[in-house]
Amino acid sequence: MAADAGTAVHDRNAIRAAVADAHRREWAFVLAATARVTRDLDAAEECVQDAYVSALDAWARQGVPRNPGAWLTTAARHRALDTLRRDRTLRAKLPLLIPEQSQADAEADDGEPFTADDRLRLVFTCCHPALAREAQVALTLRLVCGLSTGEIAKAFLVSESTMAARVTRAKKKISAARIAYRVPDATELPDRLDAVLTVVHLVFTTGHTAPGGPDLVRADLVDRASELARMLRTLMPDEREVAGLLALLLITDARRETRTDAQGNLLLLEQQDRSLWDAARIADGSALVIESLRGGRPGRFALQAAIAAVHAEAASYQETDWPQLLVLYDRLLRVWPSPVVELNRTVVVAMVSGPQAALDDIAKLEAEGRLDGYHYLPATKADLLRRLGRAAEARSAYLAALKLTDNPAERGFLSRRVAEVSMADGR
Amino acid sequence: MAQYAILIYEDESGFANGGDELWQTMMEMHSRFAGQVGEKGGKILGGDALEPTSTATSIRNDVVTDGPFAETKEALGGFYLIEARDLDHAIEIAKLCPAPFGGVEVRPIMDTSGG
Repeated sequence: MAADAGTAVHDRNAIRAAVADAHRREWAFVLAATARVTRDLDAAEECVQDAYVSALDAWARQGVPRNPGAWLTTAARHRALDTLRRDRTLRAKLPLLIPEQSQADAEADDGEPFTADDRLRLVFTCCHPALAREAQVALTLRLVCGLSTGEIAKAFLVSESTMAARVTRAKKKISAARIAYRVPDATELPDRLDAVLTVVHLVFTTGHTAPGGPDLVRADLVDRASELARMLRTLMPDEREVAGLLALLLITDARRETRTDAQGNLLLLEQQDRSLWDAARIADGSALVIESLRGGRPGRFALQAAIAAVHAEAASYQETDWPQLLVLYDRLLRVWPSPVVELNRTVVVAMVSGPQAALDDIAKLEAEGRLDGYHYLPATKADLLRRLGRAAEARSAYLAALKLTDNPAERGFLSRRVAEVSMADGR
Repeated sequence: MAQYAILIYEDESGFANGGDELWQTMMEMHSRFAGQVGEKGGKILGGDALEPTSTATSIRNDVVTDGPFAETKEALGGFYLIEARDLDHAIEIAKLCPAPFGGVEVRPIMDTSGG
């Protein structure tokens, strides 16, 4: 195939960098378009990987093409068509991952730069409700973000063989149970979209407070989640919940640099240096919040983003608009009755009505037992008890929280609090 | 089109005391379901109800025992073999399948043709 007359860079390192860049930017587009031809995600992945490998040589000879994504897509689809032509029986056996006519499309535009964007099909397939949530997350990172199985395993603290088995099983189910390669229609879209946004948010929160490893934040996962949210925003500009999710990620991540001190110790919202927050991101996020709240009942991501925006726009912790936050939390609970939201609401209740009122709400949550094993429950309770001067009770609650988290920064914070209240208790 | 089994798992005690009236209701529900499958663009290829697990005999390594293969609260009580476009379509159909005392499981039929 003729390469575009792009910049003629023949430096090996520059080529490798260009391929790596294209891997990060174009993987989802290339894979999604190739899956149309192969009608099988496994086969598509192989063809796309081959295309990236062949790019290393081809681009060194011919220069980096003007549109690397189109070049890679054409290369991967050629390979897929070759494989299919060679193996008619394989082709007959392949499940109808996508409707018949797209096979004709695939043949027709043979050799032409491919422009149709199938990324949404890919995303919705990876996040299909017939797959377990952990499989949805793994598949999205593998197939949409192009992460290796090893990288995903590391992020979720499981062995590489466990993660490989999880991905393989999910791909087998897609093919054997015939999970369709399509974007859901309007009636299914709200539920299906919620699953997609939940997966992206889960990738973000896993990175935002890493479950293990030396750092509080796993920047790679946070960045991947932000890229996914941006991609969804581009592909679904009218979906308000997509705007809400992107806003939530932007505003939350704007505080990244201030969440720990120079020694890596955790800093609470009230201790963070607000002048170091990324004002540009907060402004971008806040503009999206307004858009996501407009027109009809806002969804849970829009409301969570609105809550984050109220915090982000306050000049100081004391000057935060707590009554406004309480209103937002109550609305959020109506669309998303989650015990975690109820727990977060108690923090606001404490600011509006005092720590005792918040403790009463916490007691109700404890009685329900839905947050058993969630370390933020005893941690929040401990903080309220500490503020009420009930040092001994605070101490045992901090110790309970400490038992439930492995994140080093969080453990450090809780241990310091245990020491503080122990001193106050005269131990 | 692809083939799927809809496996109906229910708590058998739900049927134990229902008598003729429940039997009639269930028959009506299933014939309504059969009609709905066609309306949804699917097709029923087969299916049957099973006698309760108290009538089951299990054989494992040539050892014959009285009772179902696994003792569970909800037991396999019947099945349909259907034809559907894809999993979403099969799920849409399976959601209509009557199972008042339990639920259903959708399983793709394995394609054993052509090795």
